[in-house]
Amino acid sequence: MPLTPAVTDLQQLKTHPAIAKLLAWNSAAVEGAKFDRDETTIYIERSWLREACVLLRDDPGCPFNFLSDVTCVDWFPSEPRFEVVYQLLSIPKKERVRLKVRLEGTAPAIDTVTSVWPAANYFEREVFDLFGIRFTGHPYLRRLLMPEDWEGYPLRKDYPVEGYR
Amino acid sequence: MSHLTTMPELEPGQDRTMILNMGPQHPSTHGVLRVILEIDGENVVRIMPDIGYLHTGIEKTCEAKFYQQVVPLTDRIDYLCPLTNNLCYVLAVEKLLGLEIPPKAQWMRVLLNELTRINSHLVWLGTHAMDIGALTVFLYCFREREDILRLFEAVSGQRMMTSYFRIGGLALEPPLGFFEQTRKFADRFPGKVDEYENLLTGNPIWMMRTKGVAKITAEDAIALGASGPTLRGSGVDFDLRRDIPYSGYENFKFKVPVSREGDVFARYMCRVQELRESIAIVQQALDGMPEGPIKADAPKIVLPDREKMKTQMEALIYHFKIITEGFAVPEGEVYQAVESPRGEMGYYVVSDGTPKPYRVHMRAACLANMQTLPKMCEGRLLADVIAAIGSIDIVLGEIDR
Repeated sequence: MPLTPAVTDLQQLKTHPAIAKLLAWNSAAVEGAKFDRDETTIYIERSWLREACVLLRDDPGCPFNFLSDVTCVDWFPSEPRFEVVYQLLSIPKKERVRLKVRLEGTAPAIDTVTSVWPAANYFEREVFDLFGIRFTGHPYLRRLLMPEDWEGYPLRKDYPVEGYR
Repeated sequence: MSHLTTMPELEPGQDRTMILNMGPQHPSTHGVLRVILEIDGENVVRIMPDIGYLHTGIEKTCEAKFYQQVVPLTDRIDYLCPLTNNLCYVLAVEKLLGLEIPPKAQWMRVLLNELTRINSHLVWLGTHAMDIGALTVFLYCFREREDILRLFEAVSGQRMMTSYFRIGGLALEPPLGFFEQTRKFADRFPGKVDEYENLLTGNPIWMMRTKGVAKITAEDAIALGASGPTLRGSGVDFDLRRDIPYSGYENFKFKVPVSREGDVFARYMCRVQELRESIAIVQQALDGMPEGPIKADAPKIVLPDREKMKTQMEALIYHFKIITEGFAVPEGEVYQAVESPRGEMGYYVVSDGTPKPYRVHMRAACLANMQTLPKMCEGRLLADVIAAIGSIDIVLGEIDR
């Protein structure tokens, strides 16, 4: 089974229901899209993230009512350095979509989505703990897995595997 | 050790309440879960789980390993269902590679996954019942679990940390007599589930401890990210094996047990019914087990047989290259989710085109499920907290990673 190349052209993908919905609402909120290995990724402009999430959650056609996961990828040393990744699932329609937001390396911060899906609480705390990304408006943004007084953010690429000595 | 002394922001609200610390070493927290409770007499006012005692940085370690070296690490995440974790990871990498798996390997994966689910549910049932005070069930459950662990040992050489699934297929051909032994177990097991149910399901003490306890509504369960039996116990009919099938699950017929009540008893009923459904899938897998190879035909990715390696030059070269250099995986990213015994287990793997994964992230079902704990326990009795923790079936290895 040879791999089909990824489609990264927004024009070709604008018929996808979730992308069409977002574009009809606010085309400035969608930075780009990708369809690769049967998975759809939508790049969201960071200031519109929370509203875009509300829109996708409340979409009567395909409500993405379940937040599977929030995580982050560090593309150090390139900029924008961080990609915060949201895996959405629609339980009624059995569809998945992935949202991504790009963040710069200095003092990365983004709106929390805990008000959209309360499930984001622990996921965002974990990302804060291991990547040092601030989620503004989070009700309880403290380290989740590492000790309270830990220095540095272990999953960043400039953090050595064996830790600082 | 300062994190032991910092008390998260739970200060007594009024004079009536007090703060009680439960764990991290407490027999009913199933590992090292620390729970901080604000109680008013016997009533729980607020509850806050404190985790991270078992954090080992597996995600960071993965980034320093070759793709095939990550498989044994996935065993250690959720030590009660290692094969489910193996499966989820290899499926994610196979999707990145675009690799097709032969049918026999797929069916073996399904067979072993369902045995793992039974194994995990048996540990849950035994310990959960023991927490609530029914000690006998524990001994019964571990008797059958021992049989399953013997099957795992026969097939992979290991009782718990199996690492049996490999990228591109299985590690070894199942040994002689494995299918007969599995069939004997599968024929015997439904009678054993009756035994457990005789001890618990109609038992008045069990019902008083579980019915109406630690309720959660379907809306809350979905909003808080609960999955697996915790979600189905609240009446949401969703199972990844049926709804977003993977690894050939679409070839199997099984029911997805759902209970409406959303209490501890409902979750108990879901899991006990799942034991019966899982053994039915095992039976189907044994009946229809296809013949053929157990590894994909991809010499640059799958290690050659020992025999070939010693007789053919080319196989030796591939073996050497895979071990020393790994294999490059095309650029891309994949989120693969499977239905683990606890819910949606997901692996998010990012490749940058090198032989080492750029990022591996595990979506732990237990981490999300544990967020339902405050909703379940607040306003209820302290003793119900024990029942609630047991009923969401947490594994701290998976929560902390």
